[in-house]
Amino acid sequence: MTTLAGTGPLLRFALRRDRVLIPVWVAVNSLMVLSMPNTLESLYGTPADRADLLRQLETNASLRALIGPVFDDSIGALTAWRVGVYAGALAAVTSLLIVVRHTRDEEESGRQELLASGMVGRRASLTAALLAAGVANAVLALLVTAGLAGQGAAGAIAFGLGLAGVGMVFATAAAVLAQLTESARLARGLTAAVLGAAFVLRAAGDSSTDAGSSALTWLSPLGWLENLRAFADERWWVLSLFAAAAVAQGVLAYGLAGRRDVGMSFLPTRPGPPTGRLGTASALARRLQRGAVLGWSVGFLLAGLVYGGLTDGAADLVADNDRAREIFERMGGRSDLTDAFLASMIGMLGLIAALFIVSSVLRLHGEETSGRAEPVLANAVGRLRWAAGHLLTAFGGATLIMLLAGLGFAAGYGEEILPIMGACLVQLPAIWLVGGLAVLLYGTAPRLAPAAWGVAGAILLIGWIGPALDAPQAVLDLSPFGHLPKLPGGGMRWAPVLVLSAAAAALVATGLAALRRRDMTT
Amino acid sequence: MTKAISVSGLHKSFGRAHALDGLDLEVETGEVHGFLGPNGAGKSTTIRVLLGLLRADSGAAQVLGRDPWTDAVEAHRRIAYVPGDVTLWRNLSGGEVIDLYGRLRGGLDPARRADLIDRFELDPTKKGRTYSKGNRQKVALVAAFASDVDLLILDEPTSGLDPLMEEVFQACVREERDRGRTILLSSHILSEVEELCDRVSIIRKGRTVETGSLADLRHLTRTSVTAELAHSPNGLARLPGVHDLDVRGKHVTLHVDTDKLDAVLRSLADSGVRSLRSTPPTLEELFLRHYQEARA
Repeated sequence: MTTLAGTGPLLRFALRRDRVLIPVWVAVNSLMVLSMPNTLESLYGTPADRADLLRQLETNASLRALIGPVFDDSIGALTAWRVGVYAGALAAVTSLLIVVRHTRDEEESGRQELLASGMVGRRASLTAALLAAGVANAVLALLVTAGLAGQGAAGAIAFGLGLAGVGMVFATAAAVLAQLTESARLARGLTAAVLGAAFVLRAAGDSSTDAGSSALTWLSPLGWLENLRAFADERWWVLSLFAAAAVAQGVLAYGLAGRRDVGMSFLPTRPGPPTGRLGTASALARRLQRGAVLGWSVGFLLAGLVYGGLTDGAADLVADNDRAREIFERMGGRSDLTDAFLASMIGMLGLIAALFIVSSVLRLHGEETSGRAEPVLANAVGRLRWAAGHLLTAFGGATLIMLLAGLGFAAGYGEEILPIMGACLVQLPAIWLVGGLAVLLYGTAPRLAPAAWGVAGAILLIGWIGPALDAPQAVLDLSPFGHLPKLPGGGMRWAPVLVLSAAAAALVATGLAALRRRDMTT
Repeated sequence: MTKAISVSGLHKSFGRAHALDGLDLEVETGEVHGFLGPNGAGKSTTIRVLLGLLRADSGAAQVLGRDPWTDAVEAHRRIAYVPGDVTLWRNLSGGEVIDLYGRLRGGLDPARRADLIDRFELDPTKKGRTYSKGNRQKVALVAAFASDVDLLILDEPTSGLDPLMEEVFQACVREERDRGRTILLSSHILSEVEELCDRVSIIRKGRTVETGSLADLRHLTRTSVTAELAHSPNGLARLPGVHDLDVRGKHVTLHVDTDKLDAVLRSLADSGVRSLRSTPPTLEELFLRHYQEARA
């Protein structure tokens, strides 16, 4: 097996490089799963509550589309129902990131060439990448199984294996796509698109029937996870579907890897134009970021449409449960439940838009550290103008995607267009503030700029699980989103909006002033 | 005539490391100036100060008569820069990058652009990520040579070029000089500097150790002499400026300070010269002498 020579050292090397990535993703995923029994216990503590929930789900197609069908009323079965799709998707994202990072990323950067010249077989890198993903998924399965064992050993094992199964199906899918494309970014994007398709197939399948799953659901690996029926008379044979898909895709990836040159792909890059129209630094920035902005725009428009369409059904469900209503009210404000649901969903998209603005602002950092900024700045381009190009895209792009989310919500929900648009736009000052923090970090301490991700992640956590965990007000107040008026439904308050906007502007100005004065790094 | 670049007493440190320690550099308008030094001597740091990317701790610097830090944008309108390690955007074609850089400077001559792409045998339709190192450098070189600027700052621009392309590069540099443009050429390829440069500055550990025309520099250094004589020589060892003397019967090799060559030749002639070879020091010898002395 000389094509596998060197797999061992490569695997150790991969695990060392992923010593932060794997533990963080696995920890977040298992925490999400393992905190669920407690939450459900408090929401649906009595058998009567649970019977209500099951009845609701039978009649509520939009909720089945969002989360899936439920097969039993035990806390274990409800946990598998509530987090299954999302934990599976998270395992899939972790796996695809790991695999692409150790295969196509390495080839694209040219590092693979150096490795391949050593005692490394043709298929060793791919094997090491898949094994690294296997390690991550195995640890996830172990943690989930151990943590849920109290709800029933068989169900815990089935659910843990199912999550790992979804992970490995997408790990091998990424392995195939990494052979086809020349760019790691494209390989990640295509695998994520496959994941999105799996989600949509499952959602369509689950919403179309009130008795378990339809045929469409069976086309999606996320649907297999739900049909494993963990904690509800497990169907163990479904695990063989994961195994079969992973093996088939693995064989295909190995076949493709053996037939191509290092660094080459089956979908070669198309040539570009021999002359260019770009003539300013801001045109360059727009060009570099247009793909990302387009992707986020489509995502936010679709998310708005989907959640807007689900609003009525979800509000009905929540109305029947005191505790759930309380959580929604805390996130969305005390008012009509439909408004509270809209407000909490729009707030959620606002939190996610904060991730967009961080990634967009940090393009400046990426351009600088990669050495691409230097020759641009050696032209007649001032630093401020160079930075302004990217910042306009970041701050304007955040505005654009929130507007599109609002249009989506309004179209999906069908009424209240102006209040919904207002609710989306009122998120912007908080989003801009996060962007301003990223600019400040980048301008004053470029080495610490990636810490902006940490800030955005913490704000996301506070906004996402803070209300459900009864976090003290002092913690909730740390997030700029906590100060926004709860729209639609609540009263508009201009003071926090103006203060946050002014603070964002001040952070950007301070960051840019520091950028002007400091040395450029490479 | 104003100087294109004038730098004196430049200091720059990064934490405790002194990258520049009182560096001086004068580049006359219209000349090709070689900028030499080993890795880590401070060449790229100097260039980045000249481009306003780094701010000097102390010292004075002027580029095209302007302060490179406070007046960067105006100065850059007349400057084209080629970094040693060219990175391109993965999804922009070479042609797009050339045109972008041209527009961000003083503009681009389309005829010259076409001619350069032809001579450098560059495919401008390829995307950034698919170019090899040499081809990425060609993209930056075409953009620089085709731009309408007064000063070209080239930081080890040919490290990825093959010998044929190296010749094209040298021809382009000569054409630029003939048009009256000034070129600062940082390079490790001494034959290239010897071939192209009117004057050179050699730096070491952030200081300028030698600057002048190649003839000036050679004058300060030693010529190597090999001679076959009719008789064994006399008294060569006593002559001033003679080093590394090796006499084997009638065969003599020695190094002599170039300004003391007269006396040595006279003495050799006294012993009857059968054959004589005298080589001026190559830049490489010059260069090595500075660095080996430094290391010793």
